Amino acid sequence: MNLILPFVVGALVAAGLYMMMRRSSIKLLIGFALLSHGANLLVFSAGGLVRGGAPLIEQGESLPPAAHADPLPQALVLTAMVISFGVLAFAIALVLRTYRETKTDDVDKMTTTER
Amino acid sequence: MNLVTVLPIVIPLVTAIVSLFAWRSLRVQRWISLAGAAGLLGSAVALLVAVRAGGIQATQIGDWPAPYGITFVADHLTATMVLLAGIIGMAVVPYSCASVDREQEEAAYHPLLHVLLMGVCGAFLTGDLFNLYVWFEVMLISSFVLMGLGGRRPQLEGALKYVALNLIASFIFLVSVGLLYAAVGTLNMADLATRVPDLDRGIATSLAMSFLVAFGVKAAVFPLFFWLPASYHTQPAAVAAIFAGLLTKVGVYAMFRVFTLVFVLRDVGATQTLLLVLSMLTMVTGVLGAVAQNELRRLLSFHIISQIGYMVVALALFTPLSIAAGVFFVAHNTLAKSTLFLVSGVVERRRGTYDLDRLGGTYRESPWLALLFALPALALAGIPPLSGFVAKLEIVQAGLEADAYIAVATALAVSLLTLFSMSKIWNAVFWQPPPASEPPPRRPPAGERWLMECPTAVMAAFTVVVGLAAGPLFGWTQAAADELLGPFGPSGYVERVLGEQR
Repeated sequence: MNLILPFVVGALVAAGLYMMMRRSSIKLLIGFALLSHGANLLVFSAGGLVRGGAPLIEQGESLPPAAHADPLPQALVLTAMVISFGVLAFAIALVLRTYRETKTDDVDKMTTTER
Repeated sequence: MNLVTVLPIVIPLVTAIVSLFAWRSLRVQRWISLAGAAGLLGSAVALLVAVRAGGIQATQIGDWPAPYGITFVADHLTATMVLLAGIIGMAVVPYSCASVDREQEEAAYHPLLHVLLMGVCGAFLTGDLFNLYVWFEVMLISSFVLMGLGGRRPQLEGALKYVALNLIASFIFLVSVGLLYAAVGTLNMADLATRVPDLDRGIATSLAMSFLVAFGVKAAVFPLFFWLPASYHTQPAAVAAIFAGLLTKVGVYAMFRVFTLVFVLRDVGATQTLLLVLSMLTMVTGVLGAVAQNELRRLLSFHIISQIGYMVVALALFTPLSIAAGVFFVAHNTLAKSTLFLVSGVVERRRGTYDLDRLGGTYRESPWLALLFALPALALAGIPPLSGFVAKLEIVQAGLEADAYIAVATALAVSLLTLFSMSKIWNAVFWQPPPASEPPPRRPPAGERWLMECPTAVMAAFTVVVGLAAGPLFGWTQAAADELLGPFGPSGYVERVLGEQR
């Protein structure tokens, strides 16, 4: 898993950035979703991956077992996921409103702010 | 548990929640919002007094010892920034009661404003990089909503650009945080300060660079600023004032914090040189962009960028004097920039436009308003005895001491161009007669004038007061610089946070 995940993260980020650079605002959303998945997976794997080692301290011990999963990145990724979910929901609403107002999803045609 | 370090976050949170409950009555919401802003200002002053009396204040939430728990830290820099947030909040709340459209104001404007202030104060106070990310997001999400609140085409388009670029910046920030954790195994900034020096230099430099990109987008540094002039001029003037004054400064603050505490700038390879070059380019492109503009608020937006360059150059010089000058400059610029945006809103209420070609004659109509514009505009250009003069003087002095002659020359030349473009606004908005085709200006009712012009006047007065009281205030920012970059480095901060366990 430790070898596969970097490639998965790389693929997600590459696909996400590619989508974000397209002209359609819907693709911008898809790109952002992929990008945030990539970031979340990266944070998740930041502590190193351990299979089935709960970070619980046995009675009488003062340290968790030697091969335990680092709980902190998991807590971080949970927070990051909630944030990216919320932001994505807002972004979808924004893109929908913008589409209704401008009648286009082409970002290149959204030039009223440049005048 | 040290209450003063948490109150600037708790008060806006409580205000936002309580004013949400009062959603039926805008009147009640306004009073709650005003009380909350006053409370925030009060708690900021309390924080300032506590820091002055007892040095760096640190709080471990739930008494979990650092670096495991959530830490809030306040040093001189933090106290200054929180106070600025308090002042701007206090000025913007009454101003927005008169200037924001009623429909927008009813759409949860006041709760959002306080969530924004909470995010800003949280970013200033936190002692943990991941929490910094979370506070950035709190701030960004509320700013997204505030930006799109009007729901008209320019606002939505501006918001979309702002959202897209800030999402990418947040992504880079989150990835950098994840990689830093993978490399070091901690995210508490004090703990990082003790461990990053042992890190491989190559890894440390590349991490520093990716943080530079993440904060550079938020702060609108040279190649990453395009979102700012595309979006800051589309919002209501009150929102633009708070964005212009505070939001980019949060990025600057994060740079000051991370590059003095976590990655000490002179240790991470070419980052310092890069930052110096970027800051000069930021100053120049910002001001040149401003010269080409013909819309009042777009012009002011480009000036934000140019001024950010001064703050970053102060950081990049990386001497105690330059850091002190940088903190002073941040304070001066936050006040002056917000005031200019507030004045632009007052002008717009009278004339109904921000277009320089259609404005004019405001000086004859209201000399008072012209004075309110002239003070922060001249301060921005660096005319004595206003606040910007001292700020720029100290940056120039620090640059000369550090033998950075090109940076000094750039700063002075950009200063001249700033004066030029401020006089362009002055001519177009205040002196020249308005075009004959324009309708006569609207006379705002007395209540609206009080609500909008009093906060603006107080803010404009600050630029004079900060300029005149520069001695004691500069002493304060020198204390801030000593904590960041003193003879013993950031060890005072580290000791206060980590306590005796070290």
